[in-house]
Amino acid sequence: MHTSLAWIDYLIMVIYFAFVLGIGFALKRFMKTSTDFFLSGRSIPAWVAGLAFISANLGAQEVIGMAASGAKYGIATSHFYWLGAIPAMVFVGLFMMPFYYGSRARSVPEYLRLRFDEKTRGLNAISFAAMTVMSSGISMYAMAKLIETLHIFDPLMQTLGLPQSYIFHLSIVVSALITLGYVYLGGLTSAIYNEVLQFFLIVAGFFPLIWLGLKNVGGWSGLVAKTPAGFGHAWQGMTDPDKNPLGVEWFALAMGLGFVLSFGYWCTDFLVVQRAMAADSMTSARRTPLIAAVPKMFFPFLVILPGLIAIALPTPTAADAPPGASASVVKAETMGLGIIPAKVDLQGNVEVDTNGKPVLDYDLAIPNMLLHYFPTGLLGLGLTALLASFMSGMAGNITAFNTVWTFDIYQAYIKPQASDKHYLWMGHFATLFGTVISIAAAYVATQFNNIMELLQLVFAFVNAPLFATFMLGMFWKRASADGAFYGLLSGIAAAAIHHGVTLPAGAVPGVKGGWLYVAHGYRNEMAQNFWTAIWAWSVCFVVTIVVSFLTKPRKEEELVGLVYSLTKHDVDEHLAWWKRPAVLGVVVLLMTLGLNIIFM
Amino acid sequence: MSLDIRVPIGLLFLALGGLLAGFGAVTHFTNPAMYAKSLEVNVNLWWGLVMIAFGAFMFRLGRKGVKPAAPSSDL
Repeated sequence: MHTSLAWIDYLIMVIYFAFVLGIGFALKRFMKTSTDFFLSGRSIPAWVAGLAFISANLGAQEVIGMAASGAKYGIATSHFYWLGAIPAMVFVGLFMMPFYYGSRARSVPEYLRLRFDEKTRGLNAISFAAMTVMSSGISMYAMAKLIETLHIFDPLMQTLGLPQSYIFHLSIVVSALITLGYVYLGGLTSAIYNEVLQFFLIVAGFFPLIWLGLKNVGGWSGLVAKTPAGFGHAWQGMTDPDKNPLGVEWFALAMGLGFVLSFGYWCTDFLVVQRAMAADSMTSARRTPLIAAVPKMFFPFLVILPGLIAIALPTPTAADAPPGASASVVKAETMGLGIIPAKVDLQGNVEVDTNGKPVLDYDLAIPNMLLHYFPTGLLGLGLTALLASFMSGMAGNITAFNTVWTFDIYQAYIKPQASDKHYLWMGHFATLFGTVISIAAAYVATQFNNIMELLQLVFAFVNAPLFATFMLGMFWKRASADGAFYGLLSGIAAAAIHHGVTLPAGAVPGVKGGWLYVAHGYRNEMAQNFWTAIWAWSVCFVVTIVVSFLTKPRKEEELVGLVYSLTKHDVDEHLAWWKRPAVLGVVVLLMTLGLNIIFM
Repeated sequence: MSLDIRVPIGLLFLALGGLLAGFGAVTHFTNPAMYAKSLEVNVNLWWGLVMIAFGAFMFRLGRKGVKPAAPSSDL
């Protein structure tokens, strides 16, 4: 696909960036205390917090990665939403938010300190801080790689007199500077406000794509007819890993994705929980994930469908190539699937897997769709939406990082009892060096061909065992501090060992697993991740219970407001029934069930 | 915070929608060939108009300071 941008495309991008930074400047004067900077002064209305809640997660890795998975696995990718997100979002709103918001903890690790002790907090704070900069780096890498592959800014580079090979580095630095700028100026509020702006922009940028794409392939039935068998169904063949495109059986899917990974992410990841913690009241905080669940339910249509449409379109032939296209580009396109090209190495050869089939560059599904359908003008909007999604993912990580670093690492271990002014300064400084480490992480991320799988792996290590700790901590008052700590530690160890002794098909031992010894093979990375998560969760769960029984429990009066059985729950009795979180939760779950049945 | 987020959202959509619709209207006569890829639909024009409508709606809400359906001061 070959396109160059016109002045109007650049103008749209420039206007957007002006707004993004403008919001930062407009909010700068409100950032007087550390509470303003890290917690938005707990003043965000539920709908804003709700849209930020999903937008912080709607980074480039989701937009690009979900379309990539859509092209690779079909509509089964919607499990990441209807099974792997919504139920957990309802759960965090109804059952966990009272403890997060009610305990007045400033971060997820801080809740762990209140409920258990300092060492559990420390372990979580450090692993979480590492994870945020890692995933912010992945976000950056994804965008820079994309810009490089698309060659859309090549004429701009020529005008600037810079070599074309600098585009990767330049994209990383420029995007990092803009994100840094608005988070530095306006803290969490700026990040949240921009996430809401980005949310609407992403919808505006991708909606015409779905409309044109579906019109082109002949609607839903035309799409199903043009894609491989089973791609139009979410649940078909789930009894046997060999019979469905995901390569997993229902148990690994429901337990690994639907329960451990999903609940681990949405319930314990401070990146999203922070948005709800910034809400202006307890009811708003509880409603945040429930409001977020409604648009989230319909995201598969926005991000997965483009992937499916991309493989339903006819594959270009050599005759379609524009004059002047290099031989390797033509080869990659003609050997691809639909409009998804094959990967080409530096020598211009098409990369092949162990079966001799070309390796496809699935991450190009969305961008190639934009180039395929959008004329000058709307193309600028579509690319701006992509950039926006990348920034919301990155800013979310940076705000979570600066908070955890300042409160849970710096204040806890390096400099306790400094002035509020000092912590506000530290927050600004952490924003800066968090961004610098993210840039470094972006250069590490080049090893994987589906970034979503890398991300799931990181979640399997960090969030999966953590969810067992939280479940026991919030719902079992007997869970002790030592139990939580050793449980968490052995859960992470279990994830590492499982990853070290298993390998997905077609991979070589190393970063993708099997670095200890290859005892078991999986159909693909996804199946391996689900089982890594299941092992991490189960080991943490069992070890926490065993160690808790061997150690002394905490006094009950210290646990009021932190544990379910010792806390009053009737906060919404006075509300009209349709405003109550519990009612909203049930409605959301029924709608999700409906979608699962329609696309079964 | 005294900045209502609906105001900048409204303004951004008005600006981008206006730009797209204007560009779409001009190219409708000067360069209709560029809409071959979007199935002969002038997506710049009609999507620009949709964005203007949405932008105006958000801007109005933000300016009036209308609380969204669920008032947040209910605790």
